[in-house]
Amino acid sequence: MPTVLLLGAGSDMAVAIARKFAAAHYDIQLAARKAAALQPLQQDLQVRYGITATTHDFDATDYSTHAAFFAGLPTMPDITVCAFGYLGDQELAQRDWQEAATIIHSNYTGAVSVLNIIAESYEARGKGMIIGISSVAGERGRQSNYIYGSAKAGFTAYLSGLRNRLFRSGVHVMSVQPGFVNTRMTQHLNLPPLLTAQPDQVANAVFKAAQRSRNVLYVKWPWKYIMLIIKMIPEGIFKKLKL
Amino acid sequence: MQKRLANWGNYPAITSEENAFTQEQQLRDFVVSNHQLIARGNGRCYGDASLGKHSISMLKYDKILSFDEQNGFLETQAGVTLDQILDIIVPKGWFLPVTPGTKFITVGGAVASDVHGKNHHVDGAFSGHITEMDVITGDGETVTCSQGRHTDLFWATCGGMGLTGVITRVKFDLKKIETAYIKQKQLKARNLEEVIRLFDEYKHYTYSMAWIDCLQKGDSFGRSILIVGEHATKADLNPKQQEAPLKLPAKPRLTVPFNLPSFILNTFTVKAFNWLYYGKNFKKEINNVVPYEPFFYPLDAILHWNRGYGKAGFIQYQFVLPLEHKAGLVAILQRISEKGWGSFLAVLKVFGHQDSLISFPMEGYTLALDFPVRKGLFEFLDELDEIVLQYGGRLYLSKDARMKQDVFWKSYPNANRFADIVKTYNPGKRFESLQSERLLLTK
Ligand SMILES: Cc1cc2nc3c(=O)[nH]c(=O)nc-3n(C[C@H](O)[C@H](O)[C@H](O)COP(=O)(O)OP(=O)(O)OC[C@H]3O[C@@H](n4cnc5c(N)ncnc54)[C@H](O)[C@@H]3O)c2cc1C
Repeated sequence: MPTVLLLGAGSDMAVAIARKFAAAHYDIQLAARKAAALQPLQQDLQVRYGITATTHDFDATDYSTHAAFFAGLPTMPDITVCAFGYLGDQELAQRDWQEAATIIHSNYTGAVSVLNIIAESYEARGKGMIIGISSVAGERGRQSNYIYGSAKAGFTAYLSGLRNRLFRSGVHVMSVQPGFVNTRMTQHLNLPPLLTAQPDQVANAVFKAAQRSRNVLYVKWPWKYIMLIIKMIPEGIFKKLKL
Repeated sequence: MQKRLANWGNYPAITSEENAFTQEQQLRDFVVSNHQLIARGNGRCYGDASLGKHSISMLKYDKILSFDEQNGFLETQAGVTLDQILDIIVPKGWFLPVTPGTKFITVGGAVASDVHGKNHHVDGAFSGHITEMDVITGDGETVTCSQGRHTDLFWATCGGMGLTGVITRVKFDLKKIETAYIKQKQLKARNLEEVIRLFDEYKHYTYSMAWIDCLQKGDSFGRSILIVGEHATKADLNPKQQEAPLKLPAKPRLTVPFNLPSFILNTFTVKAFNWLYYGKNFKKEINNVVPYEPFFYPLDAILHWNRGYGKAGFIQYQFVLPLEHKAGLVAILQRISEKGWGSFLAVLKVFGHQDSLISFPMEGYTLALDFPVRKGLFEFLDELDEIVLQYGGRLYLSKDARMKQDVFWKSYPNANRFADIVKTYNPGKRFESLQSERLLLTK
């Protein structure tokens, strides 16, 4: 059985991705900060899809544990999905370094730390796939969430560099830019329905794109063009916009 | 986030703050730090039972925890929907012990309404099949209850419309099946007399219900089609079906994409529909083998058919009358026929015995009718309520959006006892819905 490792397995998006791969008979390794809380999901995957699912303690910001975490998995996963992230509170983060640091470490540094280790081992083995869930927020800084956006920008750049580096060794890296997704993380926001994906739409798109080894995936197609336009707005105008 | 919420009847609609959880601890913390909360499943009750100031959406609480394939026990979180369950259990030779007429409800909703199916006279309501369940009560505790443990909480939660707390986990038994098909028999009845006689004649069938044409007068008053069925055995299937008896052919889905103007469903169209349905082409008796879905869930094939009633929404009026009061049934159908406000869906069913605390079913006849919301409707339904009371019947809370307080208190014999238990587990009215306020259920 091929195996998928889900880093940050507690999020709605991760749950949907886990189910999608499990339905296609992948075994699933679920990793998150409180592994005990993943138990219902582990049972659910096993009952629904008859696959093997395991749970693992993983803290993205506890870098010193990452190597042992990965080495300690029951089997080396064929696919790693990096799905953790923290939206945080932009206004708070402007004043409070603690909040800013949490945003940066949860979305960028933690991801680099763990994916560096996984990339090394995939490269040595000459196969494997890394799927990073980034965000369109990383494509241009906006006043409303540039701390989160800058961490995601770093992550997007990291993924594209990694893709570039690992290409020759047969390891594939896919970046996912989901746009708005209807999850618990965004349940207090008023999102435009046409641009908002459901977690299982994201999961379907990720699964399909993974089968085809796509490089960059925008889950809802308008986002590609929206971001293109947003990136093209001259800075002189952009800075006057309240985005 | 503030959201516009309405249940299946699209009446009433309110603005509510919706919250969803996947972790028990977060859910418990939320419960103890808020008031005017109500759990919400898939919004398939018709009226205002799962509408409140703060709603707790259970749809993300959707994990299936265990499935004992040998003995037929399933344990799930409360937000799992019946359609997800069927996808898993049917291929393994198991079926739901009790299912309502739609599979798009959650397990929590099935318990809170103590739903009944076409097999009520044989298998009782959903509560009779629960081994144990967890409820987060008003003080944030998770209490495990069953027929032998915290019995008061158990019985007040079955049919208790979410007022004892949030159901989080339910373990229940399943029914063994050999195939995914139903052997069904459809019988045409000339009038009400005849359909009631047929119900009696075919009461040994596990599943039964009848569609009634409410607009007929005179000799055809109450003409209907009785549908009875049994789970088919392998021997009942044709050779093609026998190859994979537990697997159904895939089917396309229809959907009504937006609200139709309400004039579409006026008396004339209802008459035309019923004419086609009961018309001359229908043989006296039809026997066939059908997949379980069209048998149990004929309406689910048309997603969002409720939008057919237009923006103002509709009321489903479902009452039950004791067996000896068939006359009440005649009286109510006559009032409807006089008024000319018939509905597409008039479903008649005979309930078996039931002695639970607050659940709807009692031994007798139950009839469910749809009425589009319009001027004068509520006054008319108040009149029907009087007839229901007069004959010792009651209304289904899960369909209700408008009954008056005294109708509830007069017709549910255990109302006081129920209210006392609610007070114990829901101190300070932490859990409260529009319905519970209207009926003073959390007084
Ligand atoms: C087409 C159709 C056919 C139907 N046929 C039948 C039928 O044949 N027999 C029958 O009995 N019913 C029938 N119903 C009604 C339906 O089965 C019930 O209303 C059911 O309770 C809906 O469940 P839900 O998950 O959608 O919950 P909701 O409609 O969201 O909520 C219903 C009630 O359950 C409570 N609730 C939901 N989840 C929880 C929880 N986790 N903890 C505590 N309380 C909770 C709510 O507070 C509310 O009081 C039918 C409905 C439709 C739309």
